[in-house]
Amino acid sequence: MKMTYREALRESIKNALDHDPRTYLMGEDVGAYGGTYAVTKDFLELYGPERVIDAPLSEDGFTGIGIGAAIGGLRPIVEIMTVNFALLALDQIINSAASFRHMSGGQVSVPLVIRTTTGGGRQVAAQHSNSFEGWIAHIPGLKILAPATVDDARSFLHFALEDQDPVLIFEHALLLNKSEEVSEKPQMINPYKAIVRKEGSALTVITYGGMLSRCLEAAANKDGVEVIDLRSLRPLDNETIFSSVRKTHHVLIVDEGWKSGSLSAEISARITENCFYDLDAPVQRLCRKEIPIPYARHLELAAIPQVKEIATKIQEMLS
Amino acid sequence: MEELCAELYTQEKIRGFLHLYIGEEAVVTGVMSLLKPEDNVMATYREHGHALLKGVSARSIMAEMYGKVDGCSHGRGGSMHLISIKDRFFGGNAIVAAGIPQAVGLAFASKKLKENRQTVCFFGEGAMAEGVFHEALNMAELWKIPILFCCENNFYAMGTALSRSQSQLELTKKAEAHNVTSSTVDGMNVFEVIEKTKAALEFIKNEGRPYFLELQTYRFRPHSMFDPELYRNKEEVLKWKERDPINFFKNQIDKNILTDAVLRDLEKKVEDEMQDAVAFAESSAFEPLEDLEKNLYENDIQGSIEGIH
Repeated sequence: MKMTYREALRESIKNALDHDPRTYLMGEDVGAYGGTYAVTKDFLELYGPERVIDAPLSEDGFTGIGIGAAIGGLRPIVEIMTVNFALLALDQIINSAASFRHMSGGQVSVPLVIRTTTGGGRQVAAQHSNSFEGWIAHIPGLKILAPATVDDARSFLHFALEDQDPVLIFEHALLLNKSEEVSEKPQMINPYKAIVRKEGSALTVITYGGMLSRCLEAAANKDGVEVIDLRSLRPLDNETIFSSVRKTHHVLIVDEGWKSGSLSAEISARITENCFYDLDAPVQRLCRKEIPIPYARHLELAAIPQVKEIATKIQEMLS
Repeated sequence: MEELCAELYTQEKIRGFLHLYIGEEAVVTGVMSLLKPEDNVMATYREHGHALLKGVSARSIMAEMYGKVDGCSHGRGGSMHLISIKDRFFGGNAIVAAGIPQAVGLAFASKKLKENRQTVCFFGEGAMAEGVFHEALNMAELWKIPILFCCENNFYAMGTALSRSQSQLELTKKAEAHNVTSSTVDGMNVFEVIEKTKAALEFIKNEGRPYFLELQTYRFRPHSMFDPELYRNKEEVLKWKERDPINFFKNQIDKNILTDAVLRDLEKKVEDEMQDAVAFAESSAFEPLEDLEKNLYENDIQGSIEGIH
């Protein structure tokens, strides 16, 4: 059967609310508005205001409440409308949620789940188009997931809720209407393993989230291209990455963050450290151009890697 | 205990930051005397007294400050992060005001889980300038979350006097701006602290809404061990010392109950407990270095994947 990414997210939240009375959803406009991306339409009627809570514009505060509630025995699903607004909650996320277990000598568990929407490309300009997941993946103590497929959008929340540590799920804005063939029941595949979405032996393309479908499209009619979907940005699945590199000897990383100090830089460094003698050429990267995202369409398209740019790069690297 | 910590700090047994509570004792003593072991307490980095009175042993506190494995946080937190889950003492927060919404979350969970558990959140008056303080009070009142907010107003946020940093000096008005019921307490008088806290806790129980207490007090020592106290004069400190809460208490109690003998006996007990705590801390071990990357996640997932280079 076919399912959209949006429907998948919706189903996963429903399952959580249906099966675990400790869960609740809290965020801006998740209830009466039906969710800013219509993911939780009708949920307020279905579950009531105790389980689906519309928060005031207080990201720092309601993330902090989520931390306290999680420590106190509930399983909060905190929705931060977009990653752009998550910056307001970074103190809670980094100094508290990520740090409490370690700082307390292992006593405190913060089973908090934060879902947020990321990515650019809808002409909503600089402050609404950021892609911070790679940057936030720098922080020890967090787990960072980026579902790129409808299957993963269906199952990631379940894994996140089972986790005793804070998990952030970055849902990509451009994937919401994407429709894919799915099985009756959600596929439960360990999110902390990268998946090879297309096999090949000449070039490894490493990517995640909104860039996956672009990479697959760019690699469609080209033999030898292996495309890896990272799925988890922290921890990274070194094994899958390294065994692919050892096979193909060429790497292209496609990352929606800005190039400098990005997740792609981290992956590139790891490959250099661990697979140096397996490489036939330097690791290449395609990332955002180093500017805040502009509004005008042609400028926006030029700032974020598009299928054409990825395809050209792949072709170049294959020859 | 605090005086001993100061001594140990100069001997370099305790390192990093150390924030002493001397002068503010009536606040923590009064409030904590009304709480039960199952109640939640969230505090700040000036929390040694709060931890002790919540049931964290002096041994465990001292060992933590020495950075030893037998410390309540196994030496990973230090003076500012005394945390003891079994005592429902959640720290131990060094980011001013960050613990306030977290305490609201704890109270929210207690309410949802229908637990018979009170939640008290301590913070300084400086925290009331942080945005998140307002966010937390707003949501606590909006959603009828039963929590006691205790503002320990010692009139200085590190080196900045309240009068120089906040436009509204009637702090209860800030709570009232969010419709949170509040009152002011003489924090140097432990009896008044008890009386008003009792009333506040009753209110919370009956109304199911938050309550804000402003407890006016004063720290006799500097902000921390590095503070040269350039921002206040000695006369002011001496004036407040005349209202020392421990002396006040001693003078209020019937001399037939608190006889010299009883007092000497109490002081000896305290002395013994502290010496025991120090001896315990001295002889306790440091965590082995091999355990450095442990306790980051529940199942050490980073450890199993990162050990490549």
